[in-house]
Amino acid sequence: MRRYFGRKLLVYGLTFFIAATIDWLIPRFMPGDPVQSLVSRQGFGLSAAGSQALVDYYNRLFGLGRPIWEQYLNFWVSLLHGDLGRSVYLTGRPVTSVIMSAVPYTLALLIPAILLSWWLGNNFGALAARRKWLDNVVLPIGYIFTATPYMWLAIIVAWVFGFILNIFPISGGYSYSMEPSWTLGFLGSLLSHWFMPFISLFLVQFGGWAIGMRNMIIYELDADYSRYLGALGAPSGLVRRYAFRNAVLPQVTGLALQLGVIVSGALVTEIVFSYPGIGKLLLAAIQNEDFFLLQGIFLFVIGGVLIANFLVDIAYVLVDPRTRVGMSGGTA
Amino acid sequence: MAQRQRLAAMLAVLGLVVTACSSGATPTPAAPSAAASAAASAAASAAAPASPSAAPSAAAVENYPRAETLYTSGKQYGAPSTWNPLDPNAAMGTVGLQYETLFLYDPLADKFTPWLAESGTWTDANTYTIKVRQGVQWSDGQPFTADDVAFTIGLATSIKALGSNLSDFGTTATATDASTVVVKFTNPAYQEWSTWTYNSPIVPKHIWSSLANEDILKTTNENGIGTGPYMYKTHADDRMVWVKNPNWWGIAAGHPVMPNYIVDIVNGANSTALGMVLQGGLDLSNNFLPGVAELVNRGYVQTYFPTAPYMLSANTAWLIPNTKKAPLSDPQFRIAIADAINVNDVISKDYGGIVSAANPTGLLPSWDKYVDKSVVASLGPKYDPAKAKSILAAAGYKAGSDGFVTNKDGSPIKLTISVPTGWSDWEVARDIIISSLKAVGINTESKPLDYNGLVAARNSGNFDLLINNDMQIANTPWGYYDYIFHMPLITGAGENRNFEGYENPTAWALVQQLDKTQVTDVATMQSIMSKLQTIQLTNEPVIPMWYNGLWSQVNNTVWTNWPCAADTCNHSLPSTWNGYWQMGAVNMLTQLKPVPPAQ
Repeated sequence: MRRYFGRKLLVYGLTFFIAATIDWLIPRFMPGDPVQSLVSRQGFGLSAAGSQALVDYYNRLFGLGRPIWEQYLNFWVSLLHGDLGRSVYLTGRPVTSVIMSAVPYTLALLIPAILLSWWLGNNFGALAARRKWLDNVVLPIGYIFTATPYMWLAIIVAWVFGFILNIFPISGGYSYSMEPSWTLGFLGSLLSHWFMPFISLFLVQFGGWAIGMRNMIIYELDADYSRYLGALGAPSGLVRRYAFRNAVLPQVTGLALQLGVIVSGALVTEIVFSYPGIGKLLLAAIQNEDFFLLQGIFLFVIGGVLIANFLVDIAYVLVDPRTRVGMSGGTA
Repeated sequence: MAQRQRLAAMLAVLGLVVTACSSGATPTPAAPSAAASAAASAAASAAAPASPSAAPSAAAVENYPRAETLYTSGKQYGAPSTWNPLDPNAAMGTVGLQYETLFLYDPLADKFTPWLAESGTWTDANTYTIKVRQGVQWSDGQPFTADDVAFTIGLATSIKALGSNLSDFGTTATATDASTVVVKFTNPAYQEWSTWTYNSPIVPKHIWSSLANEDILKTTNENGIGTGPYMYKTHADDRMVWVKNPNWWGIAAGHPVMPNYIVDIVNGANSTALGMVLQGGLDLSNNFLPGVAELVNRGYVQTYFPTAPYMLSANTAWLIPNTKKAPLSDPQFRIAIADAINVNDVISKDYGGIVSAANPTGLLPSWDKYVDKSVVASLGPKYDPAKAKSILAAAGYKAGSDGFVTNKDGSPIKLTISVPTGWSDWEVARDIIISSLKAVGINTESKPLDYNGLVAARNSGNFDLLINNDMQIANTPWGYYDYIFHMPLITGAGENRNFEGYENPTAWALVQQLDKTQVTDVATMQSIMSKLQTIQLTNEPVIPMWYNGLWSQVNNTVWTNWPCAADTCNHSLPSTWNGYWQMGAVNMLTQLKPVPPAQ
């Protein structure tokens, strides 16, 4: 067990080092630089000399004028001190604080959407594999949701719930007329703003999981071991439970991937609903070529992928006996 | 059931992780300041019950009652991050709502209004005397005096990065008594100074003098001390909230601002802004909303003009040729381009009539008195493909085997044109320009670049054609000509004018001469500008195409009496953009009327 996790942790450490280095490099390969973009957005308001002075000032402030190897070393030194640098386009606000103000929204949106859709989708898919009417009536709806371009689905959801029915607000993390407080009213506002982005994500993913699980269960129920169990006279409930257990394994891997790309998955949602999460921040960081914010968000994504993978490694030990056997040196 | 329990355990672990993350970052409610709650209670007595809100579930517990709150959007492209009035990146309203300028300038009436100054006069050729307004208080209760004005001018003179040229004019400002500032120049530039007086916010000396010069731009100045009609209330990553300043001098002067709160919403997708305006969740949208003309015609939203062009003009969109590269270095070639572009197609097919064609000089409508009509009539380009073709032929650009014109040495010409990816209106305009140019035999193709890539290409001179509109409306066209003709050329990250790389010492001397002309001396300004217009029209260093609008669409559900073109309306500029509050937009807030709640 210790060797298994020790090896995993070493791999994770190496992955982190390489990924963080690439993460640092990528923004710097983009044409232009954040200070140039920032100053150019301020346009003509600055005098010619003032504009140049402002560029020098920002380069000094953000340590951008230095040799590239020195910037790379500074990056690791700060990172090991837990400092992700300062956002250029947000006037030097610490990247950690920028990200932390967006993280709760993204997690509160994605974790329930991904886990609930996974949970319900798998169970629904397993059920659909055995109920003809479900298979014929409800599953096609799942196909439609899954095949719909997400952007389009989100706009339809916004249009129906937000505009036609006018029961959910179409933008923001909470009402524009409120300040955060520990009150029911504020909580209600958070929930009503959360609902549409949540349901649009849930619908799309639910269909995908249900279809996958349905096919898997049909396959497993047709497998030799299921037929053998059935022939032995085992109750069909028991057979189904074994089938489910085998069918869920690829779904767990799929879940790991979903949790890993948690940020990119929410990008379009957050933009359509103006939801103040990481995805929206990522877009802004790219548009403003904000090196520090961009690499901070990617570090967060890298961390997310690694943690999700680690959790799924643990989950595999729990759900797949073969992994457990493999860990203690045996063969399955 | 075993596997279900294990999955449930996994969910619980994840749940804990999530909880740990979110509880660490939960925002705590800000303690309301005494002044803010005073304002709120004063307002509450006059408040009408909230009318239908855009956020139905929140109506019961809103902190800013709908009937007292103005919702705006359009200026803020990212989370508000600084309230430093000297930082051009400051949050919506920092200059104009919180910090004020000496004068307001109204471009429609071409008129200066004393604001923090009571008067400003050139007492001799090198001396400008300012009488500051009496009875004005900073929001911390300290009196506003001539010292604050002299101090602010001192900052602008000593710190180049604040973006003014005051140090080049040998500027020294002295407060000779509590209400008088004498500004001495050794080399006065009257035009630039006039621009400074209504663009630069005055900061309180008693707070800012404790900052070292290198920290002046560094401070984010959250909840700062200003003289203006509004004070900082709060902000989040998607909004900026201002609360009325109950002690604002304008109240005693008889022109109070009406909304008790202003909530500015950070720009999201176009569809969001459009939806919010239609629902009445947004009172004033300064976003560019494609197809808005249709909504105006159907009565869903209101714009400044009820019919085309719907919007006031805010800036000129030019086609910028790279004059350092052949064949664009040839004035005849550029004139042919100016004649070839079908601007009317851009206006009708791309914008649906919400912009208008630019004057051939490119000067904005509010500068009409400076346009030399006779020069324009004899030299101005008109859309005329046949003429463009004959100019090209006369200048020696002959058609090659593929039908496109070639360089004089016979080598093929293939121009590229770039606009920032995703700026949909300019992308359509670019395509129209390409087909216009191809129609006269100039082979042109699109070179897609994102905004940052485009700026990088532009600043390194690595482009053929691009569209730009950086020069906004102002009190004098001096800045407009400085933008076009500035010398010496700037390169690198700080480049913010003369992108075309056009070097014409005669034109630059005229621009400097213009700068040294008093703004009241309209006749001299006109004669200098007539020469500049001749240079513009015979060289086309930049090619004016259309006026981008002062995008503004309003909803009359909660607030009414918006600025509009009709005689019965007020004519303030309906804009929350940077620089517009002090161009009279702040008067819009004094003119708004709350809509009485429906019975």
